[in-house]
This record gives sequence, C-alpha cells and structure tokens, in this order.
Amino acid sequence: MTIAARGPKRGVTGRVLPGKRPGRTLAEIATVLVAAAIAFPLYWMVLTAFKPAGQIQSTDPRPWTLSPTLENFRQVFTVDNFGRYFLNSVLVAGVVVLVSLVLSFLAAVALTRFRFRGRTVLLVMILVAQMVPVEALTIPLFFLMRSVGSVAPWFGLNHLGSLVLVHLAFSLPFAIWMLRGFVAAVPAELEEAATLDGAGRFRFTWQVLFPLVAPGLVAMSVLSFIHAWNDFLFAKTFIISATENQTLPLAILVFFKPTGNDWGAIMAGSTLMTIPVLVFFVFVQRHLVSGIAGAVKA
Amino acid sequence: MTAELTTEPDAKNPPGAPTTRRGRRPSRGSGDGQARTAALYLAPAGILLVAVMAYPLYQLVQLSLYEYGQAQASGGAPLEFLGLGNYTALLGDGRFWMVLLNTCGFAAVCVLGSLAVGIVLAVLASRVRWLPRTLLFLAALGAWATPAVAGSTVWLFLFDQDFGLVNEVLSGLGWQSMSGFSWTYDRFTAFALVAGEVVWCSFPFVMVTMYAGIKAVPNEIVEAASLDGASAWRTTRSVLLPMLRPLLVIATIQSIIWDFKIFTQIYVMTDGGGIAGQNLVLNVYAYQEAFAGSNYGMGSAIGVVMTVLLLVITVIYLRVQRGTGEST
Repeated sequence: MTIAARGPKRGVTGRVLPGKRPGRTLAEIATVLVAAAIAFPLYWMVLTAFKPAGQIQSTDPRPWTLSPTLENFRQVFTVDNFGRYFLNSVLVAGVVVLVSLVLSFLAAVALTRFRFRGRTVLLVMILVAQMVPVEALTIPLFFLMRSVGSVAPWFGLNHLGSLVLVHLAFSLPFAIWMLRGFVAAVPAELEEAATLDGAGRFRFTWQVLFPLVAPGLVAMSVLSFIHAWNDFLFAKTFIISATENQTLPLAILVFFKPTGNDWGAIMAGSTLMTIPVLVFFVFVQRHLVSGIAGAVKA
Repeated sequence: MTAELTTEPDAKNPPGAPTTRRGRRPSRGSGDGQARTAALYLAPAGILLVAVMAYPLYQLVQLSLYEYGQAQASGGAPLEFLGLGNYTALLGDGRFWMVLLNTCGFAAVCVLGSLAVGIVLAVLASRVRWLPRTLLFLAALGAWATPAVAGSTVWLFLFDQDFGLVNEVLSGLGWQSMSGFSWTYDRFTAFALVAGEVVWCSFPFVMVTMYAGIKAVPNEIVEAASLDGASAWRTTRSVLLPMLRPLLVIATIQSIIWDFKIFTQIYVMTDGGGIAGQNLVLNVYAYQEAFAGSNYGMGSAIGVVMTVLLLVITVIYLRVQRGTGEST
C-alpha cells in the first residue's frame, strides 16, 4: 500500500528524529484501537448477515457466531427482487462512470490546454456548480423527467435513464475540476513533441494525454461511482411505479417493517450493497489517494 | 491559481503575426480552430449541465413563486402566481425556523466532527509505522466505501432498542437505564446518532486529504524547525498549519456542502424526519412538503432557501479565509 510505504521519519543522518520515539508505541497502540473501532460497524454488518435469526433477535448480542448461515442472503434474494435491483444499480453506476469519464476528460482538456475567450468564466461556473445543492433540484427535475418521458421514454420517470442523466450531470463539475490538475500537469513540451511527430490534436488527446492522466481518471471514476451507487433520493423520487426499475438503496428498506425489522435480511442486503464499492476501493486505493491529493493541490 | 487562469499575454505575439478575429493569438494552432475544438470538447458536458442543472435551477426559482400543488401538477388547475407568497408563508411558519436551526446545528456538528477526527487521525497516521498506519487507512477506506444506506442501517442496528449491541454493552457496564433505551425517540439522541454515522463515513476524506498534505511538507522544513529548537506544537502551529491551510479550506468547504444537504441518513435513520418531524432538516423538509404533501411550490421555496444559504456560507467562509492573509 503506497500511502503507507514510508518508514519512520528520519533526519539527514538517518537517525530517527528526536522527540518521536517515546510516544510512538503509545500512538501505534492508539492507532490500531481506533482502526478497530472504525472498522467495527462493517464487521458487525457482515457478522450479522451470517448469523441465524435466533442470534440476531437476541437481547444478548455476541460479537461472534459459531453457526454461520446463508439463510439471510437466501431471504434477500427470494423475498424481494434483489438480483434485479442489484443489476439496475450496476447498470446506472457503470454507465455514469464510463460516460462521465469521457465527458469530463474532454472538458478538462479544453479548459486546461486550449486558450479561448470565456475560459475563466467557464472555470468559475464549474466551481460554482459544485456548490449547487443538487438535492434541492429534485422537484424541478421530477417535472423535467416527466416531460422527457413523453419524448424519450428511456430517460423519463420510472426508467433508469433518468437516474443516469441526473448522476452524470452531478458528477461532472467535480470530475472536471479534479481532472484539470492532472491534465495541466502534463508538460507542454510533450504536446510539442507529439505535434512534431505528426500527431494531430485529436490523436495527442487520446493516445498521449488520456493514458497520462489515468490516475486522475481512476480517482474521478470512483467518486462518480459512489455518487450514483449511493443515491437514494433520486431513485426514490423518479422510480415511482415501475418497481422492477428500483435500485439497491430502496430495496433494503423493504425489510424495515412496522411489525419488526428483519435485521438479518437488512444486514445481508447492506453487505451485498457494500461489496462492489469495497472491491472498487481496494483496487484503486492507491490512485484514489494520489488522485485526491493531486486534485486538491491543483 | 489566479496566474493559471489568466490568458497568455498578447505581448508574446510577434508584431504583424496573423491574429484571430478577437485580436488574440492562442499558443498553438489557429485561433478559430482552437476555439472550435474547445467548443466541441466542452459541448457534451455543457449541454448536460445546462439541461440537468442550470435549467432546473431556474425552474426551481420559478416554481417557488407559484401555488403549485397536486391539481396544478396534473394540469387540472391553472397556475397561480404568488410572487413571494410561499416565502412569506415559510418565514412566518415556526416549523421552518426549527428546521433551519436543526439543519445548521446538525451540519455544524457533522463538519466540526469530521474535521476534528480527520485531522487528528491524519497527524496520528503520519507519526506511526507502516502496519498501524495501513490498518487505519484500510478501516477508513472501508467506512468511506460504505454506501449511505448501508451505513445507516448498520448504525441503526448497533443502536437498536432491543437487539442493539450498544445498549447491551452500556447496561452490561452497569448503566442499567440503557437497557431498552430508544436512541431515535428523543430529538437530540436521534440527531446524535445520525451525526455519528455521518462523521464515521465522512472523516476519511478529510483524513486522506490532510495526510497527503502532511506528507507533501518536505522533511527538511520540519527538521530545520526542530533544529532551531521549536517544540512539536510550535512546529505544527507555525510551520505545518500554514502549509496545510489550502487543503483545510477545501476539506472544510466540501464538508459543509455535504453535511448541509444530507438526506439519506436522516431519512433512513429517523424514518423520514423523526417523530412529529423533530429531526427534519431542510432537504428532507423540502422533499416531504413536495412529494408527501404535494406542495411543490413550497418545496421549491425551501430548496431556494437552502441553495442561497449554502452559497452564502461558502462565500463567507472563503472571505474569512482570504481575510486572514493566506491564499486559498
């Protein structure tokens, strides 16, 4: 893990800096304890997902189980249309990531490497767009999607396309802002060299620039993925009657019941919902950290 | 940043060189061509942003000026222009002020909480060896990756009245009254519970950002300070903090933006705004007004208030930061 690849801070002499030693063991114990506390809710979620019902609905919850079961997962998939919701979520988040990858890259290139009138204004507008509380737009967007539906049903209410459009637009300002730093960091000499070699602007953009800003693209795609994957508000507002087009966050709420919550199913569903993001994170954590650091510095 | 934003000075143009219509010569290629390519590159993102963000924003303001209920939404009744009617009704309603207070207080607690936890842990991470640091980062990435709904459900379960681990542990430690305690019944414990979850999933961003910042400070500077006899505290305050300020500004603004408009956690954990709406925040309030109460005009007015507030807070914060003399 690169974020942690460095040893203790050493002085020029290679000696560990004075004043660091005595408290360090204490700090390390504290760090491990804090890490355990932070990870605990996740542990509890997964553990509960594998517990048999009797142990979950117990007033004496134990932090382990000797009889793990898949019953909760079976419950999730049989009672509710969970598989379908899962696919819907994957579809929405996947399309959002792929399309915003291309769109934000193009926009970032235009805003960093081209000089044209109104560029500064556009940059400021993108900065402002990041501050717009998109949730406040739910009401006009609801009506917009309703009218879009009569022209292009796939992008209207009750269809996944409406969610794609919304999340795409909302992830763009931050994605563009983030990529700007990466695109700007590519030296101009490289562009000149590419031009001398006969590469046009288009080829330079895709064959030289695109791979070079990959870390930024990765970090950006994780953030747009999470955005779309987590969305609860827009899915709840847009997908009203076509339940088969619901996404995961709403599916889990089915197991909250006035007669008593089915915690086993809720935790199994939550676990299933968390896994894709965790996998994504583990694969890209290195780029994510450097990407955010890069974007923040830019 | 400002230096980067300015266009290239015209002085670079050799006299007599062909200029574009606008009298400016770009750094490379023909001016019109470059502007055209730029427009082409920007068009897809621009069209989307205008259609799904700028236009709805305009619509939001417009809707907020009308009486717009179920009848109008279905086309059964004509639109009635109210002017600022929705706003005066809103500002005259005691409930709105309670919700506003809730929102600001809740957001402030969440922002300060994530900043404090994030910064402390970033400093801690920079001072320990590889293994504990890796464990800390893995745990933080895990909390970060957990979707809002999943995080909400597991926190709810941990604090469940009957089957929750927290009540069990607390009563096991001798605090008998915690057995069967309902965290979501009381307004403040409910908010505290949601704030806990929010801080849990949002401090990692602050931590990663600040950690990157601390790592970017050259070792030599810290060393020089300590050779000059500066204490660890003094070094942190006078050397590290000023260098970290730009990152701190970004982390704070991001946190304000996120925490001010939280919807999912409140909605899921307090079941749509708490008992009798005691845990409503502006965002959930607007949603309930519009989609549960079919009062879209009023919901939009709340949305406008929220947008304006958020922009004002951000601008004030940026001003204050700039006023203290450091670059942002």
